[in-house]
Amino acid sequence: MKEVQIIDTGIANIASVKAAFDRLGCNTAITNNADVIRQSEYVVLPGVGSFGAGMRALNRFGLGQVIVDRITSNAPLLGICLGMQLLCSSSEETRGVNGLGIIDAEITRFPNSVRTPQHGWNRVSDGYAYFSNTYRLSTIPDGWDGELSFHGESFVAMLRRGTTLACQFHPELSGDWGKNILSEWLQCREGVSTC
Amino acid sequence: MLTTRVIPCLDIKNGRVVKGIRFANLRDAGDPVEQAVRYEREGADELVMLDVSATIEGASTALDVVSAVREQLSIPLSVGGGVRDTQHALNLLKAGADKVGINSAAVRNPNLITELASEVGSQCVVLSIDAASRIGSDGWEVVTHAGTFRTGIDAVEWAQSAEVIGAGEILLTSFDQDGTRSGYDTALLREIRKITSLPTIASGGADGAQHMVDAIRAGADAVLAASIFHDQRTTPNELKLKLAQSGIEVRKP
Repeated sequence: MKEVQIIDTGIANIASVKAAFDRLGCNTAITNNADVIRQSEYVVLPGVGSFGAGMRALNRFGLGQVIVDRITSNAPLLGICLGMQLLCSSSEETRGVNGLGIIDAEITRFPNSVRTPQHGWNRVSDGYAYFSNTYRLSTIPDGWDGELSFHGESFVAMLRRGTTLACQFHPELSGDWGKNILSEWLQCREGVSTC
Repeated sequence: MLTTRVIPCLDIKNGRVVKGIRFANLRDAGDPVEQAVRYEREGADELVMLDVSATIEGASTALDVVSAVREQLSIPLSVGGGVRDTQHALNLLKAGADKVGINSAAVRNPNLITELASEVGSQCVVLSIDAASRIGSDGWEVVTHAGTFRTGIDAVEWAQSAEVIGAGEILLTSFDQDGTRSGYDTALLREIRKITSLPTIASGGADGAQHMVDAIRAGADAVLAASIFHDQRTTPNELKLKLAQSGIEVRKP
């Protein structure tokens, strides 16, 4: 049985994330303990709310460096929604706050011409994913594989590098398509370059 | 491109699904978990659950229902009905709701929306507005307490303030149309669309795909319905096929 630790950044929609991994037969727990996060097989960084609040929560529990170390050593990590954005260097949403800086890019707001928040299902590669966001990453950064989606203009729906997966959408709320994304990520092994 | 959502609504009372007309005459319509699972399978893009118990015991039962539905459901779950304060909303989110709808309590205290949004983010906060045509004059007013109390507050102005106070979405129910099967209040939807850029869910009066097409053309980003699904007269997938034939982007099965 695979052990999945979900980082508790405050409230998020942790119940939905936990339920999704439980349905996949995982041994799922919620934690903000740095040692647990360092040692666990699979770690999920979920998150809703603002960029600033998310970074404050990570810093309060001393989790920033642990997440950076996991990604550097290619230990499986999944960032969801704000959890993906926190991997970047900064965000227009909360100026003056540094992100984790694993992805050297700034998160920006959707153009004014489109409905925000983007609430709903948008096309991603061969399926549809559920999004709930006002800010986004515009282009796929160097060194990452990814998928784009379109809301007024193109934006990054998903990024992959080694065993790190970052989703702007909510795989836990994206029906059977999202379930497949999660189970593919669970095939990753620490140190293995792709999954 | 972002697709238009079709959203079944489950009214919950004391742990069971119920359905009424103009918020009254409730009759039993089944088990919430069974129905939630069926709706997901049949192509629902999201589920709204409204607790209509209006009692403390009912509210605590509703938390159990939310947990039980969450265990099975892998699409978004939005929960509302009688949400009194920030703690109540946080409890629903912890139990497994992805969004919480606030109605009467926000009319009494708009700051509740602001407080909740600052805690959990606007994406999780829905302003639920029940609107009824004014009696003896033009326009719509906000009604609360299952339509029994007319507040006198202009529904369009209230919707306009939604974004400012921190809501991330509007669930707009027409009290006049609810349960009548005669179509959404498209005049109201058009007025709301003029004054807010927030995603807006149309609710109240749907009896089929044409009503949904009309609501979407009037500006709705999502369409909610209850009885047409409970009575098994159609499914979300069937309706979405018809919406697609009318040129509306939907999530295809």
